Amino acid sequence: MARGVLTGNLRKFTGGETEVELEAGNVRQLFRALGERYPNLRPHLEESLAVAIDGQIYQDAWFEPIPPDAEVHLLPQIAGG
Amino acid sequence: MPNDVKTGSLAPDKKLKWVGTRPLRPDGVDKVTGRAKFGADFSLPGMLIGKVLRSPHPHARIKSIDTSKAEVLPGVKAVVTRDDFHDMESEFVPAGEMLVNYRDMVRNVMAREKVLYDGHAVAAVAATSNAVAKRALKLIEVDYEPLPHVIDVLEAMEPDAPLLHEDMITAGVEPAPDKPSNVAKVVEFAIGDVEAGFAQAEVIVERTFQTKPVHQAYIEPHACVASVSEDGQAELWCTTQGHYVVRGHCARLLGMDVSKIRVTASEIGGGFGGKTVVYLEPLALALSAKACRPVKMVMSRDEVFRASGPTSGAHMRIKVGATKDGRITAAEADLKYQAGAFQGSPVQPGAMCAFAPYDLENVKVVGYDVVTNRPKVAAYRAPGAPISEYAVECVIDELARKLGLDPIDFRLANAAKEGTRAAYGPKFGPIGLVETLQEAKAHPHYTAPLGPDQGRGVASGFWFNIGGETCAALNINEDGTAALMIGTPDIGGSRASLCMMAAEELGIDLDRIRPIIADTSSLGYTFLTGGSRVTFASGMATIDAAQDAVRQLCERAAKIWEIPSDAVEWEDGYAKPAGANAGDFEPMSLAEVAKVAGKTGGPIVGHAQINAQGAGPSFGTHIVDVEVDRETGRVTVVRYTVVQDAGKAVHPAYVEGQYQGGAVQGIGWALNEEYIYGEDGRLENPGFLDYRIPVASDVPMIDTVIVEVPNPRHPYGVRGVGETPIVPPMAAITNALADALGIRFTELPMSPPKVLEAIGEAAAGG
Repeated sequence: MARGVLTGNLRKFTGGETEVELEAGNVRQLFRALGERYPNLRPHLEESLAVAIDGQIYQDAWFEPIPPDAEVHLLPQIAGG
Repeated sequence: MPNDVKTGSLAPDKKLKWVGTRPLRPDGVDKVTGRAKFGADFSLPGMLIGKVLRSPHPHARIKSIDTSKAEVLPGVKAVVTRDDFHDMESEFVPAGEMLVNYRDMVRNVMAREKVLYDGHAVAAVAATSNAVAKRALKLIEVDYEPLPHVIDVLEAMEPDAPLLHEDMITAGVEPAPDKPSNVAKVVEFAIGDVEAGFAQAEVIVERTFQTKPVHQAYIEPHACVASVSEDGQAELWCTTQGHYVVRGHCARLLGMDVSKIRVTASEIGGGFGGKTVVYLEPLALALSAKACRPVKMVMSRDEVFRASGPTSGAHMRIKVGATKDGRITAAEADLKYQAGAFQGSPVQPGAMCAFAPYDLENVKVVGYDVVTNRPKVAAYRAPGAPISEYAVECVIDELARKLGLDPIDFRLANAAKEGTRAAYGPKFGPIGLVETLQEAKAHPHYTAPLGPDQGRGVASGFWFNIGGETCAALNINEDGTAALMIGTPDIGGSRASLCMMAAEELGIDLDRIRPIIADTSSLGYTFLTGGSRVTFASGMATIDAAQDAVRQLCERAAKIWEIPSDAVEWEDGYAKPAGANAGDFEPMSLAEVAKVAGKTGGPIVGHAQINAQGAGPSFGTHIVDVEVDRETGRVTVVRYTVVQDAGKAVHPAYVEGQYQGGAVQGIGWALNEEYIYGEDGRLENPGFLDYRIPVASDVPMIDTVIVEVPNPRHPYGVRGVGETPIVPPMAAITNALADALGIRFTELPMSPPKVLEAIGEAAAGG
């Protein structure tokens, strides 16, 4: 089971919850599971969020594997100048 | 003072021939002889000149636009206004790795219901000459209903402030407000319990800060040439950090298929984030489509200042508490960033970066994205981070002094390191902040004696860095040379660094590889040059493409030798039998394999198309000495040292160039640069005479120390380096001024009149 942590404003879409345990083998499965559990979060998942799996940030990487017991943070995507 | 490279213990053990050396750049001769073609250098037969009519009002409703007189002026071939652009839904959609609201973008490139800032585009013409185009602009009649305007971020947040967007309801607030305001969004990042943390603190510093909008101040103005044929096929040449992004934006704004627009990036005379958006390009395409002739558009410097960039100004409150032995117990920040006319200030990354250099248990940052009657802000090197980290680093310095601690020791005691949970959530992997602090403390600069009226300051900085979608192709030519095609415009010497990585992989000399910045129809989608991503991401794509070519070269040699391909290995530019069992064959050079490529299967081309992940965060620490002229208030930077982790400096000279350039831009931000608006809401200093950027005579030689704590996710250990160097200078200089004068400045810029006034107040006991 991966432990998902929602940072920033995301808890506003989850009824205040900031941590969740989910079965997800990759980022897309994580998004799907989160969207099912928190429908208000769904519009933000695939378009505006990055994930950090055990500290490493991934952007637009649906099929990045999530190891069992990984800590996964959801955070805003980063661009740059 | 020689520049220095400090290699960490994780450096790759591979013996490198090119990576880490300082060859001349392949585009250097063209650039110093004037042969290189920048945005304004393109011309086509039959080309028209396009010009933009801009609003003189900071805020006004457009009641009508009459272009009839301009349209009949001899020489005028096309006129476009808001009526030539379809309206867009208000939705944030991904464009590359950026979220874009095309409803705002279409209104920014051409005003629709209202003009929202001095300089907002209202109409554009294409004519046979510059003079005719200018005359035509004067014949366009716009009936404005002027509206009250608001320039200052705090005034814009007042309940009775003039509203820029009557339908803007603040996002990120529960429950949603029932009235519109100029606050587009509220963001929040928090860990731990800040109240409990402050309760443990024995010393607390709390201050408010203000920064002014500053422009990226690229020397080359925005420029493009568009040519749309009768069948709707479009060619666009422009100066940009990302021609694929330009293509996508223009296709969306003009309702065109992406495949119908081919964009070629010119050489670029600076961007720093400001050339990641579109201004002229959709207008030139629309004019060209109407006139069926090529159209060239070039912004004047006045237009660049009034209608492009800048980055946000901000109002901030920072509070940090610590124990007497120097451990930070809590940190808190309120950040109010002005976004300009449309939402989208970099307050979110600013909030995430604010306390990133520190290992903290209790943090809370709240950010506000606020619209004002100024040009819509654009990215500027580490967007958002220099602003928030400036304020935080000033407070950290003041706290260290109150505690009687050396400011570097105080930072070391609280520094983020591998395993530290960043204030924005995840834990850091291998990072080099501690190493930069240690190198800074050991640097001779840090202990050198200071003269009269001089002071020394330090500050650290952080930026994430990114990867992203990237393609590369490596064509092996019949004579054993190669052409490297990449999709990221070269701003800081990336042609050289990418070719160095290709040469390393292929095992051939650097000058046998010619780099090309491919157009959007010649190479797959590639995200822009930004986010300090090119040496990292285009580097990974280049390495992948080279390894693909090497695999093919080995396969061809295997065919010739009639042995399995896995019995061939590549070493120093030669295919060789992998061992004694593979057979006894004379090694074949790349040139020998390439020469017979046609007979062994056809051309050899290495390809790579990736979404690069694993960008390594970057940290730096700066030391600066300033000298204050107490009679004039002028502050002179007399010595400056940048220490930053590059992961691996592929081309150290260009890494040093990034460090030096970022520091100099930060010096300008700290001491002189600001947008000055009059009571009428019009920009009063849209030119380099009145908007004072540092010139060579204003700054000393910027010393650099390259720390190398390798990024384990890159084959050579590369981290991005382009953005972090602009983060520490403002705080470092503020801290140096505090050291010199005993006065804590909390507003940027610290220009001579402000410094003089502060000296006078201090002398008067104020």
